[in-house]
Amino acid sequence: MDTPMPLHRVGALGPTAYWIFALGKILVVFTAVMITVALLTLLERKLSAWIQDRIGPNRVGPGGLLQPVADGLKNLLKEETQPAEAARGFFTLAPMLAIMPALVLFAVVPLAAPLPTPLGLVEMSVAEVPVGILFVLALSSLGVYGITLAGWASANKYAFLGGLRAAAQLISYEVSLGMSLLPVFLVVGDVTLSEMVARQQQMHLWFALPLCLPFFLFWVASFAETNRLPFDLPEAESELITGYHTEYSSMKFSMFFIAEYAHVLTVSMIMATVFLGGWDIPLWQGDNMWVVADGVVAGAAPAWWKTVLTHFSFLLKTGFFVGLFMIVRWTLPRFRYDQVMDLGWKVMLPVSLVSVAVNGGAVLLLERLRVPYGLGYGLMLTAINLPLLALVLWGLDRGRVLTGTGSLQQRRLAAQAKARARRAAAAA
Amino acid sequence: MAIGVKVMRRPEQQVSYFRATVRGMALTFRHLLRSAGDRSEVTIQYPEERWAISPRWRGTHVMEKHADGRPKCVACGLCPTICPANCIRLVPGEDDQGNRYPIVYEIDEFRCIFCGMCQEVCPVEAIHVGVHYENAEYTRERFVYDLPRLMAQEHPSTLLWDPSDPASE
Repeated sequence: MDTPMPLHRVGALGPTAYWIFALGKILVVFTAVMITVALLTLLERKLSAWIQDRIGPNRVGPGGLLQPVADGLKNLLKEETQPAEAARGFFTLAPMLAIMPALVLFAVVPLAAPLPTPLGLVEMSVAEVPVGILFVLALSSLGVYGITLAGWASANKYAFLGGLRAAAQLISYEVSLGMSLLPVFLVVGDVTLSEMVARQQQMHLWFALPLCLPFFLFWVASFAETNRLPFDLPEAESELITGYHTEYSSMKFSMFFIAEYAHVLTVSMIMATVFLGGWDIPLWQGDNMWVVADGVVAGAAPAWWKTVLTHFSFLLKTGFFVGLFMIVRWTLPRFRYDQVMDLGWKVMLPVSLVSVAVNGGAVLLLERLRVPYGLGYGLMLTAINLPLLALVLWGLDRGRVLTGTGSLQQRRLAAQAKARARRAAAAA
Repeated sequence: MAIGVKVMRRPEQQVSYFRATVRGMALTFRHLLRSAGDRSEVTIQYPEERWAISPRWRGTHVMEKHADGRPKCVACGLCPTICPANCIRLVPGEDDQGNRYPIVYEIDEFRCIFCGMCQEVCPVEAIHVGVHYENAEYTRERFVYDLPRLMAQEHPSTLLWDPSDPASE
């Protein structure tokens, strides 16, 4: 920035105050997340009902609001079945492994602007981990262990197939998920989520536009990561009963269920933070503050009402992505397994590699040209990414990659005919 | 080549996943907007609201009564004879004036196919199929309706039988 930013010294938290606030944040965020996840199951049922012109659950509580409580109670009271041939230890371990990463991921997401208190400045994320998004990537890939283990330990062929699919699918899309974040690292120059928010505020443009290609890739990959409908091959009711959790019942099943919705919430939060400005309120400069040192804020002055407002902005963005996840689930049919793998390895991976190379080159070029970081910088990146995204969509649009079974055979027949002709030419 | 697959040649705009996705999302979103907030017009909230069934509906039976409370049935035996499901059990009796009456008249509503032929064949317009559909019971035995129960049925009988023209003339 050209003009030096005004600094606001709120003061750092003392060690005791730090611990108290950390504990409070853990309790509040964890409780809020658990309640939100429970309400998400209700929201999903309501949205699906509305999309299908139904009414949905409306018997328990006003407008069905207490339905999650009834569901939870039911799951607690249900009989827990244990398949005779299941590997008992792993069978019990799997749901824990599935739910743990999904619940830990919230820790690093900045939920609002930093809050000034008489004791010092409180950052509105549970843990300001310096590795930020890397922590998210590392832990979210742990989730697949729970699913694969569940499939394997159940001693059930459907569960086993579901587990295998989960492993294959999640590993394939993990690659492009990580790759699609690399351009963001290049632009931001850091991996903490709060720094990403700050850089988007300084650019006066959310990364969804200047980095629209990585955004698209991340979005598609996140569907695969959360096992949501276009890519819910590990569950695939019509082929695999319910896939990896076929043998699970009562609270163990519920834990997989909670893990899925918690994952949806996490991924929505991450997408909102990385690509939609996090807690930034659009077109308002009053919230453009970023922590430069412990207890020191640059930019606008922090205030408690700004914290509240920015938190609402963050919730809106997260809710937007959650809603999108749900509408997509009730719109799109499931891909065939080979289509998912085709899309992952033949489209997502090359495109994300190209996007890393192009955006890396663009960032290097812009820095060599001494373009000041700001709106112009963002618009130039947009000019590079938007045509690329259009090209990718055009490529997908042509039906070249995602084709029906019929065309597979057509291709096979054409290849056979060509081979026959070649053999005939060689013989002649 | 195990299975012959018929390949449909379609123009590209019809096989485009991207356009189909966008169009599908728009469709579901339109429906979402239309029904959001439980405004769906399709659902009938069953125990509170009920579907108006046709007056010609053929449900569980009703036995018509005389003013003094006796069944109109004269135990002629036509309905157990014509019943295609063989679900009517009739034991006829005769009183001291020589009037026939049913000693036992039972209809197994589980076996009944609700064809309404018992009503068609009845010479005295005694047995009718009724406009009614909530028949749940706790035991199977309860589905065999005996004479007092048939006479106690309160729902209207089907309009296949016109009360103003009882003999269909």
